[in-house]
Amino acid sequence: MSRPDRLFMIALALAAASPALADSLLPPTEYANKQLADPRQEAAARELMHEVRCLVCQGQSIADSDADMAGDMRNNIRRRIAAGESPQQIRAWLIQRYGNWVTYDPPVEPLTWPLWFAPIVLLGAGLFLMRGQFKRRKKKA
Amino acid sequence: MKRGLVLWVPLVVFLAIGAVAAWNLYSPSDRLIHSRLVGQPLPAFVLPAALPGRATVSRADYAGEPRILNIFASWCVPCIAEAPQLMAMARRGIPIDAVAIRDRPQDIQMFLSRWGDPYRNVALDADSSLQLSIGSSGVPETFVIDGSGTIRFQHIGPITDADMARLIQEYEAARVPS
Repeated sequence: MSRPDRLFMIALALAAASPALADSLLPPTEYANKQLADPRQEAAARELMHEVRCLVCQGQSIADSDADMAGDMRNNIRRRIAAGESPQQIRAWLIQRYGNWVTYDPPVEPLTWPLWFAPIVLLGAGLFLMRGQFKRRKKKA
Repeated sequence: MKRGLVLWVPLVVFLAIGAVAAWNLYSPSDRLIHSRLVGQPLPAFVLPAALPGRATVSRADYAGEPRILNIFASWCVPCIAEAPQLMAMARRGIPIDAVAIRDRPQDIQMFLSRWGDPYRNVALDADSSLQLSIGSSGVPETFVIDGSGTIRFQHIGPITDADMARLIQEYEAARVPS
């Protein structure tokens, strides 16, 4: 097959492929894609949505995901912020159900100590090694 | 001699990191998100009935006898695969309630008439609020809830023939207070 032909066939194959139909027929929930009227509340909701992990599309935040469930989670968060709950309360509520995994901002606790402190320890070790090297060189000079 | 040993440290650290990476690359991963509410009381909820003339599911139902709560949807293909297993459990007299996620009554009706109706009560969760409040992350999922309203077991994904024994065992175990 010549090159343009092959490109055409690939385009045709992509056009024919359809995603698996595993989505609800219902439209997105009210606040899945609609901002809250109060800009301060919307900002708080948005900040939280950027650090909550999508449950069905692991690796995306619910703010970035088009999944139905992510939309429902945005709706849930916006409604609760509008009702006066704080982002911390909602985050704690989600962690209680899904574990720390659900947030992109894991709390500092024994299990996550390496995550938080390994970079500092490694940097310290590097500086220590560097210091040794420089000292030795000075002596030689 | 001591200096010579120290020189090996970076290599050893590198190999250790490489070994961890290789191990996790090839070991089968568990991407299921288990609800942390297993062992905890079922949260309170209010949901409308999904079908006319059929009771809704409510927190007050969980008093006395253990029940099974099936999270499903008419648009969910794996839910069709577990329908025969749920029917078999219903035939054994196990009470199964359902919560339909993001669904419409007419679609639920069609689903149940096509694939069988193993349910006692059926509730509608149009905005996934109950699903979120029990720590469920998809359809289908199946929870065993004991007579005091404590969530005792969560099964994630369709119930296959191979899962039946475990689920029935967990249901029987839920008769005994924890």
